[in-house]
Amino acid sequence: MTISPPVDTAAPSPEGHEAAHANYSLTGFIIFLCSESVIFLAFFSGYAVLKLSALQWLPPGVEGLEWRTPLLYTVVLVSSSGTVALAEHFLSRGQLWGFRAFWLLSMAMGAVFLYGQAIEWRSLEFGITSGSFGSCFYLLTGFHGLHVLSGILLMALMLQRSFRPANYAAGEQGVIATSLFWHFVDVIWVLLFLLLYAWS
Amino acid sequence: MTSTAGVESRILRAPHPVPGAPDNWKRFFSFNTDAKVIGIQYIATALFFLLVGGLLAMIMRGELITPEADLVDRTVYNGLYTMHGTIMLFLFIFPVLNGLNNLLIPCMIGAPDMAFPKLNAAAFWLVPVFGVILMASFLVPGGPASSGWWSYPPVSLQNPLGHLINGEALWILAVALSGISSIMGAVNFVTTILRMRAPGMTLTRMPIFCWTAFSAQTIQLIGLPALTGGAVMLLFDLVVGTSFYRPEGGGDPVLYQHFFWFYSHPAVYVIILPVFGVFSELFPVYARKPLFGYPFVAGASLVIVGLSLIVWVHHMFPSGVPQWMRDAFMVTTMLIAVPTGIKVFAWLATLWGGKLRLNTAMLFALGGLFNFVFAGVTGIMLATVPVDIHVNNTYFVVGHFHYVIYGAATMGVYAAIYHWFPKFTGHMYYEGLGKLHFLLTFIGTNLNFFPMHPLGLMGMPRRVSSYDPEFAFWNVIASLGAFLLGVSIIPFLLNLVSSWVRGAKAPANPWNAIGLEWLLPSPPPAENFEEHVPTVISGPYGYGTGRPLVEHQEEIERALLQA
Repeated sequence: MTISPPVDTAAPSPEGHEAAHANYSLTGFIIFLCSESVIFLAFFSGYAVLKLSALQWLPPGVEGLEWRTPLLYTVVLVSSSGTVALAEHFLSRGQLWGFRAFWLLSMAMGAVFLYGQAIEWRSLEFGITSGSFGSCFYLLTGFHGLHVLSGILLMALMLQRSFRPANYAAGEQGVIATSLFWHFVDVIWVLLFLLLYAWS
Repeated sequence: MTSTAGVESRILRAPHPVPGAPDNWKRFFSFNTDAKVIGIQYIATALFFLLVGGLLAMIMRGELITPEADLVDRTVYNGLYTMHGTIMLFLFIFPVLNGLNNLLIPCMIGAPDMAFPKLNAAAFWLVPVFGVILMASFLVPGGPASSGWWSYPPVSLQNPLGHLINGEALWILAVALSGISSIMGAVNFVTTILRMRAPGMTLTRMPIFCWTAFSAQTIQLIGLPALTGGAVMLLFDLVVGTSFYRPEGGGDPVLYQHFFWFYSHPAVYVIILPVFGVFSELFPVYARKPLFGYPFVAGASLVIVGLSLIVWVHHMFPSGVPQWMRDAFMVTTMLIAVPTGIKVFAWLATLWGGKLRLNTAMLFALGGLFNFVFAGVTGIMLATVPVDIHVNNTYFVVGHFHYVIYGAATMGVYAAIYHWFPKFTGHMYYEGLGKLHFLLTFIGTNLNFFPMHPLGLMGMPRRVSSYDPEFAFWNVIASLGAFLLGVSIIPFLLNLVSSWVRGAKAPANPWNAIGLEWLLPSPPPAENFEEHVPTVISGPYGYGTGRPLVEHQEEIERALLQA
């Protein structure tokens, strides 16, 4: 008679410890992302309530938001989801340089988006204290911008890790998590663009 | 036999800490990643803040023993009730429950530790950090936050002295840090329960405590971000001068109430669900009967999660919300009584005809259940729009939620602490002191919080330091009850400390309970079962059925006895 060994893959065994642990990380990260989406949901619903009940929504002297240039940067950001997917594709085939190239390209596209955001902020004639509209606009775009920045930093971390030898036996989980985060940030931006620029 | 060798070698080894960590009392003051150390850190920190919050409560009751505002200044009184509520919720009840989660979840499901031990330790160490921030607000010019624990604008946006660092800003910061800590904890608990169960422990074989902890932590994950979002906007309004809630800039103060209650009502279920779990664990042990209706008790927890997210407007019936909203939320709120009622009847059916063993843990569980039923009745009254509008912002509301949070939740926490004390300290507690603690607590609770109901119905508003002399009679009784509750803490702490230091050695399973945690030595070694996780072969609570819980149960029990 023997005491039964852990047959469930969920129970970590000494030899499979590293892989099993990375697996938990992905589960944990997905749970975190679901939770994080509620914060945006809260901001979106607050924005909608304030906008629908406002007597005067836009600050005096402001006609509306210019949407053409932001649309251009939106296209850049959304297509970076595609380049991230391409990078993952290369990684799954073991072509590290292809992964690194497209990964870096995605980071650059995120940076271009942030640059566009900064330019837009500087050109606007209203500030964060210009009524509810100004408050919402800067809070929503700023909070999303912080997420883009975090995404770029996460990608930089993964890029650096890809140079560690033999890392990608168990290291792919981090890449999957980062790319999930990036897609999440993109989807949020599309919703945000519709709410801020298209809905007027 | 090679079979038991593994078990014995594991059990005979003295409990050892995580490699590299101190193995004496100092480990409780270090960044230790062992869930059992973190659990005790949480509980000890929470009990400290229970004393702080309790002291504030007794100052308030001292003020209210006479109708005049004579003991403290009125502005000080405003700070007292704000800080009492905030401390008790964010620094006592949430941390103490996270402590129980840390101790119980890995042991109950047979996991060596939590899924993310470092994240777990970081989540704990945030608690003293925001505790200090909140305490520091007593020292800043203008005093601590004074707008009540819910910090409604526009009251909370007043900053008469104009300082950047004021009580309200520190309050928001502390609550935000508490939220981050809770989210870190919730991600950890949910991942652990989903991914790290022992072989053979399917979801339908999981102890009810794990079901309720899972449900409660799911609420944290959905609800807390909404409060955090709302609090960020409040902080911007207060510090930067934005207009999310400032009416003069087009903001909407009621919007904050939506954000606040979208989390803070479900937060009550975050508190009470694990206590339901404690009741479900304790009644079968001390009645020697299987839990009645296991699938319904487990499923009811998930139903409560769903319903808890669509009831928040019942806190806002008088806040100028449309009538259709009042009607809809009155119905959803009343619906909560259905899953809760299922649980209460399941417990009663478990107790019915059982061979009851009335030790301290069981007494606290029974007392908690009694108080919970009382709170449930007043809860249904408050869900009714006309009654709620009549008693809104009176002592009736205060009485109701203190019955929930002290009468049911805190007494349930006491029950859990006594029940699992031998398991995690390796020492038995003193029954006599425990029963004295129960007696004082039960009498004190009812003496303190029952009079608040007639006071509320008579129309005494909450959050006032002086009142009409016609309310004096009930207030004197309530104050005496509060002081009795203060006294009741003394035998409790005395018992905890002296039992841990010199209490009788606890066997592995002092209550003859069924569960994976009782198949571990007392106290369990750092990694629990390590790689020798037993295979679960039947559902929990098999009392009186003779079914073994795990494979080779007899060998494991024999080895534990020999150890």
